[in-house]
Amino acid sequence: MDRERFHGIRLHPFKPGMLILEIVTIILFVLFMVPFGMVVLNSAKTSKEIIFNALALPSSWKQLPTNVSLIFNNPTVNYGGAFLDSAVITFFSLLVIVLFSSMCAWVLVRNKTKWSTVLFLAFVSAMVIPFQVLMYPLVRWMRVSGDFLHIPLLGTVPGIVFAYLGFGSPLSIFVFHGFIKNIPYELEESATIDGCSRSRIFFSIVFPLLQPIIVTVLILNGIWIWNDYLLPLLMLGSNGAVQTIPIAVTAFAGAYLKQWDLILTSTLIAMLPVIVLYLFAQRYIIKGMVEGSIK
Amino acid sequence: MVNILFVAPCVFAFLMIIIIPFLFGLYYSMTDWNGVNNAVKFVGLKNFKDLFSKPDFLYSFLITIEYTVINIALVNIVSFSLSLIVTSGLRRRNFYRAGFFVPYLIGGIVLGYIWQFILNNILVDIGKTLSIEALRVSFLSLPNTVIWTMSVVNTWQYAGYIMLIYVAAIQSIPASLMEAASVDGANFFTRIFRILIPMMANAFTISLFLTLTTSFKQFDMNLTLTNGGPATRFLDTPVKASQLLAMNIFNTATANQMAEAQAKAVVLFVVLLVVSLLQVSASKKKEVEM
Repeated sequence: MDRERFHGIRLHPFKPGMLILEIVTIILFVLFMVPFGMVVLNSAKTSKEIIFNALALPSSWKQLPTNVSLIFNNPTVNYGGAFLDSAVITFFSLLVIVLFSSMCAWVLVRNKTKWSTVLFLAFVSAMVIPFQVLMYPLVRWMRVSGDFLHIPLLGTVPGIVFAYLGFGSPLSIFVFHGFIKNIPYELEESATIDGCSRSRIFFSIVFPLLQPIIVTVLILNGIWIWNDYLLPLLMLGSNGAVQTIPIAVTAFAGAYLKQWDLILTSTLIAMLPVIVLYLFAQRYIIKGMVEGSIK
Repeated sequence: MVNILFVAPCVFAFLMIIIIPFLFGLYYSMTDWNGVNNAVKFVGLKNFKDLFSKPDFLYSFLITIEYTVINIALVNIVSFSLSLIVTSGLRRRNFYRAGFFVPYLIGGIVLGYIWQFILNNILVDIGKTLSIEALRVSFLSLPNTVIWTMSVVNTWQYAGYIMLIYVAAIQSIPASLMEAASVDGANFFTRIFRILIPMMANAFTISLFLTLTTSFKQFDMNLTLTNGGPATRFLDTPVKASQLLAMNIFNTATANQMAEAQAKAVVLFVVLLVVSLLQVSASKKKEVEM
């Protein structure tokens, strides 16, 4: 599209209005960042130092690595294990969501039957259902069907990954659906004439074209799954063998009431991977979030 | 055949994880399910009728509406202002835009603890050091400030996200339109209220809907920021001053009142359903007008 786009209301540079705007923006920006600053500042203090003065600079930044090692070597909360489990759960959930949702969306777009319309509408309308209305029946249902199939679905990584596929696929199918609709069908037609099988058409022609929208789907689901609390709490339990970061953070806060040195350090470690990822992939993340919300 | 194989994984997960539990959820709301006993008895709409005489539920419902209304106003005003800032000719505007979005990346559980620390320790410390009376007591400990405080924290988290939606809307307005208005002598505010905002109607609908549904379902931050506290009274009964609807459902279920929790969750579902239908019809109407 070459139509020139509007990029905002521009004030004339060097006008006093511009200076005021700049000052207001800097104040707002600092206000937005203060909570993070406070976490870093107090993660480098002992509990006593925090109680004495939470605002002061830490007396020694060496306390930060000490606190971090206290977190990872804690006897009651296996933080390192939770970190690893969270990473594994997020990775495999994203893998199955991207793979299966794109396959499903492709069939729903390319097969215009009554069934594909019904199915698509079912996925889309299910997004209205709040988690609260099905979370307890889900746990019971997972226990019953797990016993029946002799596959433990509660307290295991495959069980929760399967649940994330169920919760993640409606939105992902919706996003993929919108994208695939705009891929010209001619590409696939000529491949069919050349004798390409249906599944090969998808994996070698369509799937590579989905790359930009896959990034969007990864981001939309990744942020949510990494930070999710209720589903892991219900499916894995608060003392289960498999844990996630949000559960470990609440475990710290529950076990060390008001010991802010430990609680804040544990939140700092929980935030770090997401923030580091954001620093590197900021452009994609912002683009992905906008696309996910507008569609 | 390939078609069926391709849709099967998602359809299977969808049925197992969403549809079947959802149908069970609707059914359990009309039973005496207590989570312990395997045999459940059908009781009709009794659980729903009982909800009207539960002060804790009525209170949670009311403060959730209050919280939602405050959020809609606060989040949208702040994020619209931020979107104007980051689309102005300001230097480093992309840097600011990236920064305002950061809180959205942090989960509700984590940020609840962070803000609990800021509100209970940092602000109180400032109040004591500078002898500011209003800050000496934490905003989280008073029933009449706690909902507003949660809204402020929620605004901090969501404003950057909603801002992105407004930025996308602003950038899709043709430049010629704004230039024409400038040439015709429209000032800054006229341009915003007469051209920008009407052109962004769709973005406002999306943001309104997003703020409304996320506020109504708020749980994580509520849990770690206040855990429902402090205590207050409603209809001569002690209730938790900041226990929003989702937490009320959670606490009801934790007390093994599973059927009652299900009935409350169904009420939440019906509210969200009505809101979604309204949103769909509103955006359809707009499409016709365009």
